[in-house]
Amino acid sequence: MARYALRLVAIGYVSALLLVPLGIVFRRAFADGVGPAWDAVTTPAALHAFWLTILIALIAVPANTLFGVVCALAIVRRRFRGHGLVNSAVDLPLALSPVVVGLALLLLYGRGGWFGSWLFDHDVRVIFALPSMVLATIFVSLPFVVREVVPVLREIGDEQEQAASTLGASSWQTFWRITLPAIRWGVAYGIVLTTARALGEFGAVSVVSGRIAGRTETMTTHVGERFEAFDLVGAYAASVVLALAAMATLLLMTMFQPREERTR
Amino acid sequence: MSAQTAVAGAHPVARRRRSGGLSVGVATGYLSLIVLLPLAALAWRSMEGGWSAFWDAISDPQAVAALKVTLLLSLAIVAVNALVGTVIAWVLVRDAFPGKSLLNMVIDLPFALPTIVAGLTLLALYGPKGPIGVNVAYTKTAVLLALLFVTLPFVVRTVQPVLLELDREMEEAAASLGAGRAAIFRRIIFPNLFPAILSGVALAFARAVGEFGAVVLISGNIPFDTEIASVYIFGQIESDNVTSAAAVSVLLLAISFAALLGIGGIRRWATRHDG
Repeated sequence: MARYALRLVAIGYVSALLLVPLGIVFRRAFADGVGPAWDAVTTPAALHAFWLTILIALIAVPANTLFGVVCALAIVRRRFRGHGLVNSAVDLPLALSPVVVGLALLLLYGRGGWFGSWLFDHDVRVIFALPSMVLATIFVSLPFVVREVVPVLREIGDEQEQAASTLGASSWQTFWRITLPAIRWGVAYGIVLTTARALGEFGAVSVVSGRIAGRTETMTTHVGERFEAFDLVGAYAASVVLALAAMATLLLMTMFQPREERTR
Repeated sequence: MSAQTAVAGAHPVARRRRSGGLSVGVATGYLSLIVLLPLAALAWRSMEGGWSAFWDAISDPQAVAALKVTLLLSLAIVAVNALVGTVIAWVLVRDAFPGKSLLNMVIDLPFALPTIVAGLTLLALYGPKGPIGVNVAYTKTAVLLALLFVTLPFVVRTVQPVLLELDREMEEAAASLGAGRAAIFRRIIFPNLFPAILSGVALAFARAVGEFGAVVLISGNIPFDTEIASVYIFGQIESDNVTSAAAVSVLLLAISFAALLGIGGIRRWATRHDG
């Protein structure tokens, strides 16, 4: 009896909080048929937001993947001064409000910021332009690859790497032939999480982008802007695009399933 | 190339140290540039007017009200998540029913779904003209729902692996010695899960304290009522009160830090009990 009650609580809670509301978003988006929804996501502003979001992710995700692997190697395989600091600083973005991240970037690169006046004098646009949006996205999605790769590196140990280098492999060869193949699923899982975070970032990008329609709007800020303009079909239709991306993310996460990988 | 490998073979230790310097340099340089430098600028700006200006900014009545409601609601989601998150983890590990793997997959949806979509999603069901006739939009309940949405995975995902590895033999032994189900839960299961539950709620708390996207559409952002700290900071930035925004940001940062430092303490405490 208790078993069924608990099952009911679990399924009921998840349905009421996640599944039913998401279903209604899909229904609302297609309330007047597929035509208006399609028109709403193919307006020039929506298309621009879509491609800008993709562009930002295409810069932020590879940057954080490279950094993530290098940083995980540094954390696990090296002993150096400031090791503890690096290890905790990697988690910082998880503890920060996205708005605070945006503000911090504004205070560094905005007018009156540390670099702001120099950038302004040399006519380099960072704030209210692509560079700050990329920096904000890199900031918030930074921890994921590191956090997925660190436990895998710890578990595989460095005996094979040492054997390879004793046999004369350069550290570059050791990395490509030994280390990378061993950590590839952790890296892949980290990339999936990083991409989801990069596509979904809202708060930090809102602050630094200025949300200029057709210029600095991403998919998420476009959803907010459409909602505030009382264009509900537009907001719901763009949300459906993002929700589909989220579902693809979930499928990929299930495919890679690092927890089972590790215990096997 | 062959000369290089020969050198590497002859002096593997020297070789490792040099490449180690490179990876450490890249890691610290990137972290400093992307994360630490902006935060230094934030801290610097919050202190621009000295302590008294900092204090004035964080003791502004609207800021205090926003911080209060943020902390109150974050503590509420801690309580709900501790309970429901543990129940969901339990069901996922110990129960078996069709659709369980789907439920397991859906738990991560809040991690994958953009926060602004999460807010809009809740508004679709619990907002004006919702299909069930319940309208909580622009109330504290709405903010609570949004925070529950985004924090759902934390406790489930920290408790689940611990529960998976929990030795069933302990429970069977207790049962054979005459312990009832309540006693088994209280004496065996709960003490084992407790550190994981605490880690999970600390992560959820840190997340809730800073949440913005999920809340901004559904809360109405009414000062002294539904306005939470991150929305207050956003408003201060928009109205060009950047120094006061920076001061409240630093306080918010300190609060989520305290929660995450708490996790470290809990983990040490838990491992000490294991040993």
